[in-house]
Amino acid sequence: MSPENINFLTIVTFLPLLGAIVLLFFKDVRKIRWIALAVTVADFVISIPVLTSFDITTHHMQFVEKYTWIPTLNINYYMGVDGISALMVFLTTLIGWVCVLVSWKAIEVKVKEFMISILVMQMAMIGVFCALDFVLFYLFWEAMLIPMYLIIGVWGGKRRIYSAVKFFLYTLAGSILLLIGIIAIYYAGGKTFEIPLLMEQHYSFTFQAYCFVAFFIAFAIKVPMFPFHTWLPDAHVDAPTAGSIILAGILLKMGTYGLIRFSMPMFPDATIYFATPIIILSIVAILYGAFLALAQTDMKKLIAYSSVSHMGFVTLGLFLLNKHGIEGGVLQMFNHGITTSALFACVGIIYERTHTRDLRQYGWAAKHVPIYAVFLFIFSMASLGFPGTNGFIGEIKILFGAYDVHYAYVIFLIIGIVFGAAYVLKMYENVAFGSNLKPAPEGSGTFEDYMSHIKDINPREFLILGVFTVFVVWIGLKPTLFLDIMGASVDHLITQVNAADLTSIAAR
Amino acid sequence: MQELVFSIADVTAVVPEIIVGVSACLLLMVDLFVKEERKEIVGWLAILAIIFAGVGTVCLASVEARTVMAGMYVVDLYSALFKMTLYIGAIFTILLSLNYMKSEGVEYRGEYYALILFALTGMMCISSGADLLTIYLGIELMALPIYVLVGYIKKSPTSNEAAMKYVILGAFSSGILLYGVSLIYGYTGTTNLAGIAAGITASGTDSPVLTFGVLLLTVGLCFKVAGFPFHMWAPDAYEGAPTSITAFMAVGAKAAAFAGAVRIFMAALEPAFADWQAILIIVAVGSMFYGNITAITQTNIKRMLAYSSIGHAGYALLGLIAGTADGAASIIFYMFVYTFMNLGAFGVIILLRKCTGKGDMIDDYRGLAKNNRLVAVVMLIIMFSLAGIPPTAGFMGKFYIFMALIDQGMITLAVVSIVSTAIAAFFYIRIVLLMYMKEPEGEFDLVKSYSVYYVLAICIMAVIVLGVYPGAFMHLAKAAAIIM
Repeated sequence: MSPENINFLTIVTFLPLLGAIVLLFFKDVRKIRWIALAVTVADFVISIPVLTSFDITTHHMQFVEKYTWIPTLNINYYMGVDGISALMVFLTTLIGWVCVLVSWKAIEVKVKEFMISILVMQMAMIGVFCALDFVLFYLFWEAMLIPMYLIIGVWGGKRRIYSAVKFFLYTLAGSILLLIGIIAIYYAGGKTFEIPLLMEQHYSFTFQAYCFVAFFIAFAIKVPMFPFHTWLPDAHVDAPTAGSIILAGILLKMGTYGLIRFSMPMFPDATIYFATPIIILSIVAILYGAFLALAQTDMKKLIAYSSVSHMGFVTLGLFLLNKHGIEGGVLQMFNHGITTSALFACVGIIYERTHTRDLRQYGWAAKHVPIYAVFLFIFSMASLGFPGTNGFIGEIKILFGAYDVHYAYVIFLIIGIVFGAAYVLKMYENVAFGSNLKPAPEGSGTFEDYMSHIKDINPREFLILGVFTVFVVWIGLKPTLFLDIMGASVDHLITQVNAADLTSIAAR
Repeated sequence: MQELVFSIADVTAVVPEIIVGVSACLLLMVDLFVKEERKEIVGWLAILAIIFAGVGTVCLASVEARTVMAGMYVVDLYSALFKMTLYIGAIFTILLSLNYMKSEGVEYRGEYYALILFALTGMMCISSGADLLTIYLGIELMALPIYVLVGYIKKSPTSNEAAMKYVILGAFSSGILLYGVSLIYGYTGTTNLAGIAAGITASGTDSPVLTFGVLLLTVGLCFKVAGFPFHMWAPDAYEGAPTSITAFMAVGAKAAAFAGAVRIFMAALEPAFADWQAILIIVAVGSMFYGNITAITQTNIKRMLAYSSIGHAGYALLGLIAGTADGAASIIFYMFVYTFMNLGAFGVIILLRKCTGKGDMIDDYRGLAKNNRLVAVVMLIIMFSLAGIPPTAGFMGKFYIFMALIDQGMITLAVVSIVSTAIAAFFYIRIVLLMYMKEPEGEFDLVKSYSVYYVLAICIMAVIVLGVYPGAFMHLAKAAAIIM
C-alpha cells in the first residue's frame, strides 16, 4: 500500500494520542515506559516514508488529506506536507522516542502522567507541521501549551512553577495575536482557512504590515528572538531533560516554521519591507545570546542562551531571502534540533550522576567517563560549526547567503561564530578537563576521587547519543538528501516572496 | 391591543412550559407524602418532568417557527436551543443537589426541587418571549424562586446575606427594566417585539425618549447577565448561595437572560442598533477586564468563578455587539458550552465539600492531583476550557464570537477582548498549578456520589466533543439565528 492512499499523516499524527489513551489503563511503571517507547518508535518508523516516498521534484503539498470539519465556519480537516515540513515531521518523531529514553530513569514520580504528556505533546507538534488549515494549525499550536506547562511545572527543577507560568503566559500572549491575524486573513483572503489558497491572494500593503507584525510577534516569542527571549532560559533550566529537548528540538522550530509557512509567502511585501530590521534583530540575538552564554556557569543555561544565538542564525538566514540563506536557515533548524537536543541529553546524563549543573564543579570527565566525553566533544564541535559536522554546512550556507546581500552581515556573523566557539570550548573544557576546580563535596576525598566514582554512559544513553551522532556526521558529510527534500519548496518560497509588489514598498 | 383568544394550537405550543409548571405544583404536593430521608425521590421526579418537557420541545422544534398567544409567545429553533441548554442546566443542578443538600443538612428539601422547576418555567418563558411583557414576566418568575433558593441554607448568615442582596438589587434592576419597557411602549405604542422594530423604523431613532428607554432597558438586562458595572450582586450571591444554586445561577439564569437580551436587541431594537451598541461595548469591555482582573485576587473559588462569569458575560456580549446572525449564533453556542464548563467546575467544588468548609477556598485544591487523579484531570480540562485553550469547547465558543466580531471589522475590540483572555488564563491555570504542582496539606476526603460523577462525565465529554467537533451544534445555532 503506498502512503498516498491511506491517511498517512493522520496516522503519524494521532498514533501518539492513541498511545496516550492506552496508557490510561496501565498502572505498572515498567509497562508504561515500554508502551510509551513502543508507540514513539512505531511512530518514528511509520514516519520514515515521509522522507523516502517524498517527491523532491515538486513544491506541492504531498500526502494531502482533506475532509469537511466545521462547515458553518468553513473549517476543514486539511493535512499535507511540503519539503520543509516533511523534515520537521521526521525530526519530531525522532526526538519523540529519544525523549522517552532520556526520561527512562530520570522521571520517577507520576511516570504515567509524564509519558501521556510527552505523547500528547508529540501529537500536537506533528499536527502543527502537517496542518494546512489555519484553524487546525492553531488548535495544534495551542494544544502544545497544556502538556508543556505540565512537563515544566510538575517534573521541573527548583523554580519550576515560576518558569511554567512564565512560559505559559508568554506563549499564550503571542498566540492570541496569531488568532486575531488568522481571523483577519480569513476575511481578507476570501473567507477560507486553507493555507495554500490564502497564499495565492495578494493583500494590500497596510493589511500585510499589520498581519505580519501580529504573526511575527507570535512566532518571535516561540523562536525566541531578541527581545522576546526571556522566557527561554527559565523554561530550559527548570524543565526536565526531556522537556528541554522538546523545547529546543521542536518547539523553537515552530516559530521559524511559522515564519516560513505563513509570514513569508502570505505577506511578501511586508517580508521585504521588514527584512532588514529582522536581520538586525537576528544579529543582536546572535551576539547577545553568545555573550550571555559566555557568562553562564550553569551548563543548561549556557546551552539555553546558545539556542538564542543559534536561532538568530536561522532567522537571519530566512530573511536573507535568497536560496543559500533560506536553505541554510532550514537546515540549521534541523541541525539545531539535533545538536542542542544532544547537548541537553548530555547535561541530563551528567546531572543524573553528579546532581549539579554548575560548570565549576565538573572536571576530569575525559579521564573517568571517556565515552561520554567523546560524545560531548562531537556535539560541542557540531554546535560551534566545525567542518565535517552538520553545523558547518548550515552556517556556511547562511554565510554565503549573507555575503550576497551585504558583506557587513558576514562580519557580524563571523564574530558570532567566534564567540560561539568560545563558550562551547569553555563548557567542554570545564566538563572534560576541569581546569578551575572547586573543592570536592564533603567526605569524598579529592575531587578527582569524587569524579572517578561516576559511571560512564550505559547502553541506553549510548543509543541516544549515538543516534544524534549519526545525524551530526551524516548531514556534515553528505547533506544532499536533506537539501534535496527542501529544495523545491525553498525555490517556490523564493518565487512567492519575489512576487512582492515592489512599487508599493518603495512608496513607503 | 389584540384580543387574547386561546386555541388548541396555542396550548400545544406551550406544552413544555405547562409540563414543567404543573409538575412544580404537583411536586409540592407529592413532597408531603415523601419521608424526610428520601426526599431525593422528589428530585428524580423533577428530572423526569424536565425530560418530558425536553421531548416536547424537540417535537415542537421540528415544526416551523410560529408565534402564538396573539403574538406574545414564539416557538422556534432559537427558543428550542436555549430551552435545551436550560434543561441541561436544570437537570444537572438537580443531580448535583441530590447529595449536596442532604449533607448540608437543609430542611424542606422537597420544595427545593419544585422551586427549581418554577425558575425553569420562568427561564423558558424568557427564551420564548415575543413581547417585552412576556420576557419581563419570565424574568420575574425566574428571579423569585432563585431569591428563595439563594437563601436556602437558613442557618448560614452568608446565605441569608446573599439572598438579601440579590433580592434588593434584583428588584431594583427589574424596576429599571420595567421603566425602560414603559418608555419604549410610550414611544412605539406597543410591547410586541416585531411591533417595536416597526415603530422605531417608522418614527426614526432621533428621540431622547427612545434613547433613554433603550438605555434603561440595556442597564436592566445587564444587571440580569451580571455585566460590569451592574455586577455587584453576583460575587456575594454566588459565594453565599448553596453551591448547586450558584451553578444554577451561573448557568441557567445567565443563559436565560442572554436568550431574552439577544431577542430584544436583535428583533425589537435592531433599528436603534447604534444606540445600544455603544452602551454594550462599554459594558462588555468593562466586564471582561473588571471580571478577569478581579478574579485573580480572589481566595474563594466560588467568588473567583463569579468574577469569571462576569468576564464570560463580557465575551458573550461581543456577539450582540457584532449584531449579525453569526453574532447571535455565537452567543447560543457560547451559552451551551458555558453551561457544561460551569456545571463541571461546580460539580468538582461539590465533590470537595465533604469535610466542612473544604472546597470553597482556592487553597483547598493544593495537591489534589496526588491521590485523586481523575477529579484533578476533570478540573484541569474544565479550567483550560474556561480559559479558552484548544482543543476544548471553551476555545471554539470564543473563536466563533471573535469570527463574528472581526467579520464586522471590529478588530480593535477583538484585540482588546483577546488581551483580557490572556489575563484570565492566569487565574484558571493557577488552580491547575495548585492541583498538580503543590503538595497536599492533608488528606482529601471526597464525596462519593454517582449523580455528581455522571454530571462530571457528561460535562467533560461535552467539553471535549464540542471542542473537537463543534460543527453540528454550530450549524443548528446558525440556523436558529437566521430564522430569528
